[in-house]
Amino acid sequence: MKVPLRFLLNGREVALEVQPHARLLDALRDYAGLTGTKEGCGEGECGACTVLVDGRAVNSCLYPALEAEGCAVLTVEGLVSAQGGLSELQQAFVEEGGAQCGFCTPGMVMSAAALLSENAAPSDDEIREALVGNLCRCTGYTQIVASIRAAAQKAGKAQS
Amino acid sequence: MNEFRFIGVDTARPDAPDKVSGRAQYIHDITLPGMLWGAIRFSDHAHARIRHIDTSEAEKLPGVEAVITAYNTPEVRIGFLRDNFALKRDKVRQFRDEIAAVAARDPETAREAAALIRVEYEPLPGVFSPEEALVEGAPLVHETDARGRARKDNIVPVRFAHHSGDLEAGKRASRHVVEGEYRVPLIQQSCMGTAGCIASFDARGNLTLVAKTQIPFLAQKDFNRALGALGLEGRNTRVVVPALGGGFGTGLDTHAYEYIAMLLAWRTGRPVKILYNREEEFAFLSPRQSASARIRQGCDENGRLTFREIEVVQDNGAYTSWGATFPSVMLVPATSLYRVQNVSFESKIVYTNNTYCQAMRGYGNPEITWPIESSIDELAELAGIDPFDMRLLNCNQPGETTPMGLKITTCGLKECLERTAASLDWKEKRGRQDAKRRGVGMAGVINVAGGGKIYRSDGSGIILKPDDYGNVNVSYGGVEMGQGLHSALALTVAEALGIRPENVIVNQTDTASCPWDVGTHASRGAFMACNAAVLAARKLKARLLEWAAEIYPQEVEEALARARRHSSFKEPDFDWRDAARRGQFELANGILTVTGAPELPELQVDFGRLLRAVHFRRQGPGTTFAEDAFYEPPTELPDWDKGIGNMSATYAFGAQGVEVEVDEETGEVKILRLVAVHDVGRVLNPQTLKGQIYGALAQGIGYAMYEQVLTDKGRVLNPGFTDYKLPTACEMGFPIDVQLVETNDPEGPFGAKGVGEPGLVPTAPAIANAIFDAIGVRIRDLPITPEKILLALRQRR
Ligand code: FES
Ligand code: FES
Repeated sequence: MKVPLRFLLNGREVALEVQPHARLLDALRDYAGLTGTKEGCGEGECGACTVLVDGRAVNSCLYPALEAEGCAVLTVEGLVSAQGGLSELQQAFVEEGGAQCGFCTPGMVMSAAALLSENAAPSDDEIREALVGNLCRCTGYTQIVASIRAAAQKAGKAQS
Repeated sequence: MNEFRFIGVDTARPDAPDKVSGRAQYIHDITLPGMLWGAIRFSDHAHARIRHIDTSEAEKLPGVEAVITAYNTPEVRIGFLRDNFALKRDKVRQFRDEIAAVAARDPETAREAAALIRVEYEPLPGVFSPEEALVEGAPLVHETDARGRARKDNIVPVRFAHHSGDLEAGKRASRHVVEGEYRVPLIQQSCMGTAGCIASFDARGNLTLVAKTQIPFLAQKDFNRALGALGLEGRNTRVVVPALGGGFGTGLDTHAYEYIAMLLAWRTGRPVKILYNREEEFAFLSPRQSASARIRQGCDENGRLTFREIEVVQDNGAYTSWGATFPSVMLVPATSLYRVQNVSFESKIVYTNNTYCQAMRGYGNPEITWPIESSIDELAELAGIDPFDMRLLNCNQPGETTPMGLKITTCGLKECLERTAASLDWKEKRGRQDAKRRGVGMAGVINVAGGGKIYRSDGSGIILKPDDYGNVNVSYGGVEMGQGLHSALALTVAEALGIRPENVIVNQTDTASCPWDVGTHASRGAFMACNAAVLAARKLKARLLEWAAEIYPQEVEEALARARRHSSFKEPDFDWRDAARRGQFELANGILTVTGAPELPELQVDFGRLLRAVHFRRQGPGTTFAEDAFYEPPTELPDWDKGIGNMSATYAFGAQGVEVEVDEETGEVKILRLVAVHDVGRVLNPQTLKGQIYGALAQGIGYAMYEQVLTDKGRVLNPGFTDYKLPTACEMGFPIDVQLVETNDPEGPFGAKGVGEPGLVPTAPAIANAIFDAIGVRIRDLPITPEKILLALRQRR
């Protein structure tokens, strides 16, 4: 028995039919076909599945799909502009070496997006604090922090 | 001053845009039409006879397409010693033994069906540590070997040993001798992307396996052998490698789950995917071995090393993977980290009913550098010498041949140690043991850096294929698993050929289209790939420049003719015809011109135009072409019994230092800063190279302070990140100073050495040495937890 689910996915209205117990992660990957959001643990420990629900970063592996009804969900695919260009934040990850195997990267980028929307000029400690729920086995985090710092600085310059 | 255009310049990785936008395709993201999902029923006992397997309930579940056991499929033997089976019959030897498997329409149904399989066992007594397993009369994990011969004990029949010089004379010449036993825990590689594969057959019985592997070609060989077991002799396997969510050694063997997917795909005639979740990854994928090492070392009154004696015991678990051969790599530091003449190394690899182990980054080196580098500090303490001075005194030198027969070509160890000391303010900070309980420590590393020969060929093939648009496609059989191999390849091909990196396109690794490569391990990826790429690029360039003699004048004449139509055009004041006649062509940055030509567009032929002119030649037949090359490094397959042989074309050195602050009330160790100085030969891409070191340091910190797979009688107790602690961004929040020493190795591509592994090797002993400097207690058992510090402090009092 599937149930209807409607929400705003990366700015577009979507109507899906999902299992009642489906996680938001399943709705995104299996029903909406957006596989950019990753499952690294399924238990809220790794952050690979991070997406924004109404602007707030959540672990989509713990988030019941049906709770997203009527919400605005933003995934890593949604950061890309309509023309396919990378966002400043994604571009900063490219330029600063923030992605190695890349499996944690969508979650990292989304956690960073949530941080920067609240705090346009975070300190390194604040960046690290914001990433505490996102595990990375490849990078040791240094270049991820550098990516987010660079994105914030660039946005700051564009402001002033 | 950089003599290169792209080598040594920070360059974004070619795979990064797809990764930051969620477009990279991992095994998790791939679905094939008609695909079924497989699930495995694992053992409920660590050691038991299988009495009966009842699959009837599972078969009845709607959506189930096949249920297989060892009793209704051909026997498929796997593993380095062929002591393992895709599906187990008669007996299970570890909790994760695969007893049955299901293919179903979706993963939930498959898992549900697997849980419905009922197995009756007759439990057997087990052995859960090498100590238990080595007791006379202990239960045997394997009663027979792969050939059916009776086994007498639990010792895995592979020997790695080394005895050189005169140990007794070395001991007699010693003024000071230290001895200690050191331990390292079982740890999980913890790739963020879990393990999985998709197996499918064509109608002729050829297998395609989309596999999370680091050894596509050795895997092909293994799977072809398994096809033979299915009665498909002579059929072929095509191994295709998707984006990998990390490798770290997990892809160095073929795994039972892959053969099970193959069996299910053959049984059902449909593609079958098996994907581990995190709990399965922890409980059912092979981790890094636990081991203990007893070490004795001595020095004379000046601090010169007199002898080194090491005995290693490694808990292999129930079956043998390539990881059992860790002692082959332990031999390198055991015999060759610092100059020591009288060396003895013995290793015992022991079967137990614990989970069987496999490779992980560093492959034996961290396990053995931990005791060696801790013991060097103990020896220095006993001798009353500064441990930094003792390391310098015994430092390896370029040009030396070590007791193992390693030929040290270039060696930056001295500089690495000196820079580490300078960065830490060593002379001021060490030995203060002040009220703040701060201390500094350091440790060095030697690592293979020009391949690591453990197979009859350690080579790599490559194909460079230009297209009509100025791009060069690279087919290379090694694996990009996040380390930046494709970036190194793109820069190398661009540099060696004279085109731009963005015009180098590295194809997906696929045994059907890439030449053979032994596998991506032993820090060999970039070293091999780029050496092969340089060879092939030279051939390609030579061929293109031959064509240039015909094509360049034609293209330039035509461009000039076009330009002359504009009244403002002035004839170039340069005899380009003469330069062309003399064959003075230059291809650089994607532009063909002649030496000394002024920068006029008419005198430049871009690479794409050159290729098109070769393809669609004006007079006579045109051609397309590709060039290949095979690079085999100048190395030897060691005699493992003697532990002698120059297994790598060059060796990487490095040193790391830390400053710590220890809280004696809580036992907490705080890292105040960390410095890592590595001899990398030559930097190819600074960004990816530093990324390798930063990442390795985090793994080194995890190994030193946090990580351990806990088991109870063979059962994994902490199969998830809740109870298995990886360092987070906050734990890694201390300042890190990474410095790169360029020794320009003659065998390296542009002088580069392999650097994938060394960064995690000396971290743990550097920390333990710093803790000793801070509070005077020595921890010999990883991970260094607050409890162990408190216990050691109590024992000292
Ligand atoms: S997959 Fe959601 S936190 Fe790991
Ligand atoms: S880049 Fe591989 S886990 Fe973060």
